[in-house]
Amino acid sequence: MTTTGTGAAAAPDAPLIATSGLTRRFGAVTAVDDLTVDVAPGVVGLVGANGAGKSTLLKILLGLLPATSGRVSVLGLDVATAGATIRERVGYMPEHDCLPPDVSATEFVVQMARLSGLPKTAARERTADTLRHVGLYEERYRPMGGYSTGMRQRVKLAQALAHDPALVLLDEPTNGLDPAGRDDMLGLIRRIGTDFGISVLVTSHLLGELERVCDSVIVIDGGRLLRSSSTADVTAASSVVVVEVDARENEVAARLRQAGLDVHLVGRLLEVGLRGDATYDLVRDGADDLGVGLVRMERRRHRMAELFTRTADEGGGPGAA
Amino acid sequence: MPPEPVRDARELGVIHDIGYRHYDGPRLGRAYIRRSLYADSAKGAYGLGRAARTKVMPMLLFAAMCVPTLVIVVVASVTGGDELPVGYTTYLVQLQVVVAVFVAAQAPVSVSRDLRFGIMPLYFSRPMRPVDYVQARYAALATAVFLLLAAPLTILFAGALLAEMPVGEHLPDYLRALVYAVLLAVVLAGLGLVLAAFTPRRGLGVAAIVAVLLVLSGVQTAAQAIAVEQGADTAAGYTGLVSPFSLVDGVTRELVGTDSPLPAGPPGAVGTLVFTAVTALVVLACYGVLLRRYRRVTGA
Repeated sequence: MTTTGTGAAAAPDAPLIATSGLTRRFGAVTAVDDLTVDVAPGVVGLVGANGAGKSTLLKILLGLLPATSGRVSVLGLDVATAGATIRERVGYMPEHDCLPPDVSATEFVVQMARLSGLPKTAARERTADTLRHVGLYEERYRPMGGYSTGMRQRVKLAQALAHDPALVLLDEPTNGLDPAGRDDMLGLIRRIGTDFGISVLVTSHLLGELERVCDSVIVIDGGRLLRSSSTADVTAASSVVVVEVDARENEVAARLRQAGLDVHLVGRLLEVGLRGDATYDLVRDGADDLGVGLVRMERRRHRMAELFTRTADEGGGPGAA
Repeated sequence: MPPEPVRDARELGVIHDIGYRHYDGPRLGRAYIRRSLYADSAKGAYGLGRAARTKVMPMLLFAAMCVPTLVIVVVASVTGGDELPVGYTTYLVQLQVVVAVFVAAQAPVSVSRDLRFGIMPLYFSRPMRPVDYVQARYAALATAVFLLLAAPLTILFAGALLAEMPVGEHLPDYLRALVYAVLLAVVLAGLGLVLAAFTPRRGLGVAAIVAVLLVLSGVQTAAQAIAVEQGADTAAGYTGLVSPFSLVDGVTRELVGTDSPLPAGPPGAVGTLVFTAVTALVVLACYGVLLRRYRRVTGA
């Protein structure tokens, strides 16, 4: 399934990443299993539990690991034959720590930009720009050994962006961050996709995070594709209206049931099955008749977390949209 | 009242966010990338561009190599004569402990650091290939060791010229000693990097390299002394194969005629051939092992 997003990448109609029958085995272990997926440019989430094959997939995309079988292309280029060209246009932020403690962020990022092929002056300019964009200021002249986790994640992101890639691969960028740092990082990732126009493939085992920043999401488990779809599809409005009243919710529920609606009482909230626009009128009139205040009435949106339950009850679970 | 905040804003300065700018300039190829890594790691071997405390060790060792030559030069210019009290190559062979410690301290800085702090994935997610990495790191450490060896030689030579010793005699000796310095630098850098590449813990790498270089050197000296004592001249010559310092010494004393403090060199033409072949083999083997090692790292 192909999805569209905002960010601009290489050829406009070429998929950002395309795999067909991609398989990678380590001895008896199959890390990626017959994966076929097309990804359109934009901010793309790659979700899966630990050990689902996310990091292996990223390494295959970078040409660091050869595929056991199957084909992969990145930015319209075949990984097997054009690995060098791909790596010139792609940035990679590894999951694990990768910063030497004895140099400053500036020196490190300049060096990494030069190792991507940027001439010295350009490398310096891009480093200053990139470190500013990721939000690293005065501290960038200090040795990185004294940096906090949040600062280290920013430097790791900066070195992936320093050579102005068309695509960045971010492996668990929010790992180890506190809630505020997590929000900053997610905001930054969203900006990379929208303001910078750089496509992003970001992995996480936390769905809620990806829901907030991604145009589309790929879910893998045990190296196999569970689902690939746009965030808009996944989080589309469901056929449930959530109603909150300020008192006597039991009576409201009973009254709506009388009117022939399907009502579940969840805590203090009423979940009402939607049957056309008339449902809203019934809720409004019911509350009015009983003289209770209607605090809130809204269509519930699907959440990405349901992806897992939905896929788990494949073959028609109650939540299937 | 309005002027107040305006002045405040000026004092604070204004940051103009000019947004993200794309890079349209050239992206240079692997040769440039290799050169960049080479330059960075050659400087890094002396702690240049790194934190201050990483400069201490290499600079101390550099001083340890050079200070005695200053003394020698001063003494020679006071006493006069046509000769320095010590031969150029002899000086380097005699200070081999300092050289060994330098290699032991700086080879891990060059490669163990990358392994230890997980920097390899950043290198190989760029256009660079393992062969570029190995060539750049190897050439850089060899350059750093060469500078350590060439600096005291140059001071000795300059001192000889200042003391108005005959240029015709000193220039050839100086150049011959530089050949020794080049060969020794290439051999030591290879051995040091191989040992360091298999020990991500820097301390272990340092210990392993010091131990190997000094133990080999000690064994060689002892074995040669015993052989000379017993009159086994051929055997005495071949003991030079054991240590990198005497191995390279054997090659250059026969091929370019460097002075040597060792009692015996390679016996005859066959001996010279063996020494030369072993030197070449050691260098090629080190390069090959490093390549294999880093091809594996890529896949990890």
